[in-house]
Amino acid sequence: MYVAVKGGERAIENAHKLLAEERRGDPATPEIALSQIDEQLSLAVDRVMTEGSLYDRALAALAIKQARGDLIEAIFLLRAYRTTLTRFGASDPIDTAKMTIRRRISATYKDLPGGQVLGPTFDYTHRLLDFSLADEAAPALAAEVPAEPGSAMPRVADLLNQEGLIEEEAPGEDAAVGDVTRNAMTLPANRDVRLQLLARGDEGFVLALGYSTQRGYGRNHPFAGEIRLGEVAVEFTPPELGFPVTIGEITVTECQMINQFKGSAERPPQFTRGYGISFGHCERKTMAMANVDRALRADDLGEEVTAPAQDEEFVLYHCDNVEASGFVQHLKLPHYVDFQSELDIVRRLRADFEARRTGEAAE
Amino acid sequence: MAVLAKASAEAIEALWSALPDRPAWTHLRPPEIGMVMVRARAGGAGQRFNMGEMTVTRCVVRLAGGGTGHAYVAGRDGRHAELAALIDALMQIPARRDEVRRSVIDPLAATQAEARARVARRTAATKVDFFTMVRGD
Repeated sequence: MYVAVKGGERAIENAHKLLAEERRGDPATPEIALSQIDEQLSLAVDRVMTEGSLYDRALAALAIKQARGDLIEAIFLLRAYRTTLTRFGASDPIDTAKMTIRRRISATYKDLPGGQVLGPTFDYTHRLLDFSLADEAAPALAAEVPAEPGSAMPRVADLLNQEGLIEEEAPGEDAAVGDVTRNAMTLPANRDVRLQLLARGDEGFVLALGYSTQRGYGRNHPFAGEIRLGEVAVEFTPPELGFPVTIGEITVTECQMINQFKGSAERPPQFTRGYGISFGHCERKTMAMANVDRALRADDLGEEVTAPAQDEEFVLYHCDNVEASGFVQHLKLPHYVDFQSELDIVRRLRADFEARRTGEAAE
Repeated sequence: MAVLAKASAEAIEALWSALPDRPAWTHLRPPEIGMVMVRARAGGAGQRFNMGEMTVTRCVVRLAGGGTGHAYVAGRDGRHAELAALIDALMQIPARRDEVRRSVIDPLAATQAEARARVARRTAATKVDFFTMVRGD
């Protein structure tokens, strides 16, 4: 129970002024520009757009600045902002097969058509602090080699598909597409709703659950079939035009996980799939998301649900960091009356307890 | 429209300003910022789902001599949407279509193609060339 308490106005106002000054830091240090956040903290921007569920680099950069680098607070700011905008409609599904590839790797095939393309990756760095970055120095120019024109990058899953050894994804165009921003989730949830929630879900939570599946809690033995990063065109059909127009390009990361499946009474032994996708370059998130997506398909595949990552209710109700952060942090709100009544109860119980003990000692 | 959507407002502005005989125009719908829900497919090819939204600005203009132009462009730059709609409107006029394509669309497309080619060259430099070590006796 909350009670309206007056008297905090001035304190709040002054606290916000103090916050603004702390945010700015030492005035002798140059103020950070949004373009610097966008360009030089680009992966923070990517995460805020993905979990804030709104693709807009400048807004995400502003949110990060306002939140003093607290990414979950920034995500909250972006989510709040999006509620002020009209939605013109939904895009046609993006086609990741037509991505302009900047990175594409597979852990299942060494020599796949199109090859292993590393792109801008932290992999193979030694994770030693680079003290040269402490000074302002221009990096060495990236190497360039002639690109093979039109070299196709088929999806790895499609290669396995040719042998029929992996389950096929069915488009299912007739089904309505669930939207948790418009309708409250109901259980059991369909895969479209699960994927939407996981895509905007907290990276830390999804990462830990994805990790748990690899450690044996809902084991399904994943292989990173393919990870790709690049730009895709977004097409939208305005109702007044009636034909699709390209409204721009967005950067996305996609992970196709390939999982073992022993088969069931209805299905032959074959590989199954888990899927992860994000705005920008959130590779770890997409891999973890693919693991959790696969784990949540336990029911569909007739597997026994034994682990947290397979438990739809547990995963879907706890993966959103704006909701989680709100509920945990609401504990800061005044609970004075609640606490008074708890205090009364404990005092009474304690008095009873003491009386009983004294009585027993007397006997 | 794809070329205009991917171009910056500044780049279109420069080419638009250089066009001869720019007609007078009015807004039928002034620039409006909104969102489009981006959809993706499970596994890239399967069931559709809502991935997250993106900001989009739309605008409709009418030229003084008749003809309307529509634009939906990613982001929140009203001038970008306005310019894209103006170029779209001019392209609807058969007598001007080729000229506008030559002096606005083609140069923007060329710049974008060069940027893509540069990305492709830099990306290609990170392609792994596997070689197998042969064990000698």
